[in-house]
Order: sequence, then structure tokens, then C-alpha cells
Amino acid sequence: MKTLRDLSRDGRFSLGAVVALILLLLALLSFFSPYDPVEWRVVPRDLPPSWEHPLGTDSKGQDVFWQMTFAVRNSLALAVFAAAISRVIAVVVGLLAGYSGGIVDRVLMFISDGFLVMPLFLIIVMLAMLVREHMNTATLALLLGALGWAWDARLIRSQILSLREREFTYTAILSGTPRRKLIFNEYFLFIVPLVFTTLINNMAWVVGMEITLALIGLTNLEIPTLGAMLRWAVNYQAMLLGLWWWLLAPIAVSIALFVGLYLVSLSTSEYLDPRARIQRVGAR
Amino acid sequence: MRFVKRYLIPRLIQYVLVTWLGVTVVFIIPRLLPSDPIESMIATLQAQGTLRDPDAIRQMVDTLRDMYGLERSLPEQYISFWKRLFSGDFGPSYFSFPTPVISLIGRSFPWTVGLLFTTTVLSWIIGNITGGLSGYFTGNRLLKILDWFVMFLRPIPYYVLGLTLVILLAYMFPIFPFEGGYTIGAKIAFTWSFIKDVLNHAFLPALSLSLLGVAVNHQTMRLIIQGVKEEDYIRYAKIAAVKERTIFGRYAMRNAILPQITGLTLSLGQIFGGALITEIVFSYPGLGFLLYRAIVNSDYNLIMGITTISIIAITTLILVVDLLYPLFDPRIRFR
Repeated sequence: MKTLRDLSRDGRFSLGAVVALILLLLALLSFFSPYDPVEWRVVPRDLPPSWEHPLGTDSKGQDVFWQMTFAVRNSLALAVFAAAISRVIAVVVGLLAGYSGGIVDRVLMFISDGFLVMPLFLIIVMLAMLVREHMNTATLALLLGALGWAWDARLIRSQILSLREREFTYTAILSGTPRRKLIFNEYFLFIVPLVFTTLINNMAWVVGMEITLALIGLTNLEIPTLGAMLRWAVNYQAMLLGLWWWLLAPIAVSIALFVGLYLVSLSTSEYLDPRARIQRVGAR
Repeated sequence: MRFVKRYLIPRLIQYVLVTWLGVTVVFIIPRLLPSDPIESMIATLQAQGTLRDPDAIRQMVDTLRDMYGLERSLPEQYISFWKRLFSGDFGPSYFSFPTPVISLIGRSFPWTVGLLFTTTVLSWIIGNITGGLSGYFTGNRLLKILDWFVMFLRPIPYYVLGLTLVILLAYMFPIFPFEGGYTIGAKIAFTWSFIKDVLNHAFLPALSLSLLGVAVNHQTMRLIIQGVKEEDYIRYAKIAAVKERTIFGRYAMRNAILPQITGLTLSLGQIFGGALITEIVFSYPGLGFLLYRAIVNSDYNLIMGITTISIIAITTLILVVDLLYPLFDPRIRFR
């Protein structure tokens, strides 16, 4: 509770948390939607916002507001899954590299450096092209989860490196604590906050990547996500037809999502470790 | 000589290894799937009917089989892959058969380089100056507003920002053209009107890339300079009554700029990806738009070519920046 009170003193955290909560609420609302998100022509087409349709309707005959609740839900679910996968990889690689050192460390860091330097977007496109026919939320989560760990693994590694040189490590080793116990009981407490802040950051990256991939036509557009919504609106020339509400709604929501998540991650990471600030800002 | 041994040779080895890793990944990816990628590609080609001429299809199938060497073992395929790469041969493109992939890339490459180079250099310089100022003069209200603005801009992905700019500045307030690199039908020549046309078309993509680039550099620089400000030599200079402007420009900024050069090399891959995405939004005739057309037409050869060339270009660029680094940091020159 004290942590939360301290954090909310930071204006950025409060703002970000409020935005994130609103988005979560939107996602939960989708369970009460009167319309099926996959069905077309359930409402009159191309209606501007009104009391009945708060954000208007689109050319597919769907209600933009309710469609959006599904989009937020799916995008967030995808982000959580993908970020969770890449967190597991990042923790394993970071722990292994940081604790064992030597040749293991060098090989793992060489690979993660390669990931950092490479134009990851192109690699993702290549992979997405191959699994195009089997593309769904799970495949996309696996794909983005498998590729988004490099920077965070480095972060965890450097944390472990500094932990390894501290007094308590020597005490533990000298008093015969098994290595496994040392890592899981002692080091993990230091790693958990890092995992949390990088998780938020990585979630934003996943949502952004999903939007990009959807807009270039590499995801399954049957599943309503923020990217799919934007793609339909762009495809139907919503801009030229003057259906601004159809295009504006997903853009506004995704910008709110990115800014909200970023503010939360920025303020929590500063709260947890002022020294991590420099590393954090360079993360993307 | 110690410089060569300690700095130059490790960098060169790193360059070769990273490039090798990247190109090998490109080789492996299409071979990951259990089904034969070439067979499925040919099936798609025939189904789509892009190539109606049966002769052209047969020719295509033959070149594909030869290129990927599917009858041969994996190590043999790998060797021939590298041989082709060294001769710059990425095979023909599917959707504009039989134009070789390499010449399509060659046509688009200058556009991307121009856009990327200008925006990266510009946003690096501007971002570092504004970031340095706002980190050093923390009391200034104008700079605080800038900090907030940057904080909201920073997390927005390239595609979303690009799309927003199109809606704002090309549709709602039609100041700039929607898309393309120059007016369709315009004669490509070194005349003033053509150059003006190109600049006019490049403005929005460049703006969207620069805004994000400035945001990143601003934030990093701000944090670095806040750290530098606490150093003893700055405090000493203040006590010695050195002019504030001199301390900022000569002492603080000069030391803070070094990690920013390293940061630039680390983020080049992402900046490049961002440039490709931005080009897609604006249908700018560079590599990104070529990539988009390749995706739409399932032109895997072209995608592979673009990826390979990009990886080589980026690692080489990083090597160049790394080799220039000793010019800025005397500690490396005289180690």
C-alpha cells in the first residue's frame, strides 16, 4: 500500500494508471457487448456518433464502440501473452549469462547483441510471411515473444553481475548455500521488479508491432484487434469517405494505450532504481 | 599499435560475426517450416495467376529449384547461398518477373538512404541539443513543457504517428501531398521544380521520423547530462566562476555526447525498421514500400533480398560509426 501511495505522488504514474484502468474497463465491457464482433451488418452502416452508437458505425455494419472494446481486449491479451513469453526467455538468458560468466556469457550476449543490432522488423516480417496461413493470436504472441527479449536479458544480466559481487553472495556461498537456492531465493527478489517494468514496456512494443503487422496485412484480420480495426478503416478508405470516427477511435485508443503504459513503466522504474533510468530510456 | 590491437581488430571481428549471424538467420528462416516453402510458393503463384504464361512459370520453378538447391544437402545449400550473395545475385522477383531482385532494390535504396540519413543526423543533433539544455537548465519553464511533449510523443509507434500526420496534415489541412516520392508523371531531372517536388513529398515522412528520433535523443541526453552535472569537474568550474555557457558547451555537453554516439549505433537497426514502416505509410518509393509490395504479392525472394541487404548495410554502417568513434574520444586513441 505504501508503495502505491509513494508512486501516486508522481503525476506521471497517476495519469498512466488512470489511462490503463480505463482501457482495462473497456476490455471488460466487451463481455457485455450486445453485438457479435465477427458478424457483419448487425447495425446500419456509416452512421456518425449518436446516443445509440456512441462512436458511430462503420462500413462493415458494426458498432465502432463495441468493436473497440473487443479490439482493446484482444490487443491487451496478445500483449500480456507475448510479453510473458519473452520475460521467461529474458530471465533465463540473463540469469545464465550473468551467473555463469565466461564462455556462456559471451555466447549469449553475442546473440542478444545480434538481436539488438539487426533490423528486427524485417526478421518478424519474414517469419510472419511463413506462418501467414496459421496466423492467429497465439502464433503472433509466440512470434513476438520469441524475438522481444534481447534488451531485457541484458538488463537482468547486468543486475545479476552487480548482485554477484555483493557481500551477501559471498556469505551465502561461504556458508554452503546451494547455487539453485541462492538464485531462486535471493536473486529473484531483485529480478522481480525489473521483470515487471520491462513487462509493461514490452507490452507496448507488442501492441505497436501488432498494429504495424496488421496494417501491412500480415495478421489475421478476422480477429478484432486494434491493428485489425485500423486496417479495415484504412482499407475501406474511411478517410476519403469522411468516416473520421471509424479511423479516429482506434488511433486515439492506441495512442492512449502507448502513452499510459509508458508513463507507468517510466515512473515505476525510476521509483525502483534511479540508476536504471538511463538504461530504460535507451530501451527502444 | 595498441590501438589497432585493442580497438580495431576486435571491432572488425565483431562486424564479421554479426553479419554472418544475420545472414545465416535469413538463410535458416524459410527452411524452418516442415512443408516445402518453394512448393507452396509455386502453388500460390499458380493460384494467383500472376504468371499466366506456362513457360514463365516453368522458368520460374527452375530458377527457384536451382537457387534454393532443394535437391542438395543443407550444407551445400548454405555454401551456394553465400556464393550467390557475394556475386549480388538474389534471383528474380516474382511479381515483376524476370527483373532481378537486386536491381529492384538498387532503384529503391537511394530513396531510403536519403530519408534515413537526413532524419537520423538531424534528429540526433536537435535531440541532443534540446535534451542537453533541458537536463542542464532544469528550472526553465519552456524546456519543461518540451519535456512533457516529448514524453507523450516518445512511446508512439512509427506507423501510428505516420498515419496521424497523414490525417492531420494531408487530409484535414491539406498542406502536404498524401503519398509518393514525387508527383506521378513528373520528369526525373535535376531541375529546381523537381527537387522542390521531391522535398515537398519527403517532408511528412521526414517529419514523422524526426519527431520520434528527437524524442528518443532528447530523453537520453537529458538523463546523461543530469548525471554529468553532478560531477566534480563541473562543480569545480562553477566555483572557479567559469561562465555558465562555457561550462555547458565545453565541459558538460562534450562529455555527454560520447555515450550518445554508442547509443546511435545500438539503435540504428530500430531506426531503420522505423524508416521502412514510415515509407509504407506514405507510399514513399524506398525499400519499405518495396517491402510492402513484396508482402502483398507474396514475393519471398524480394523480401529475402531486402532483409539481407539491410542487415549488411546496417552492420557496415555501425562499423563505420565505430571506426569514427576514436576521433571523438581521445582516450581510445592513446590507450
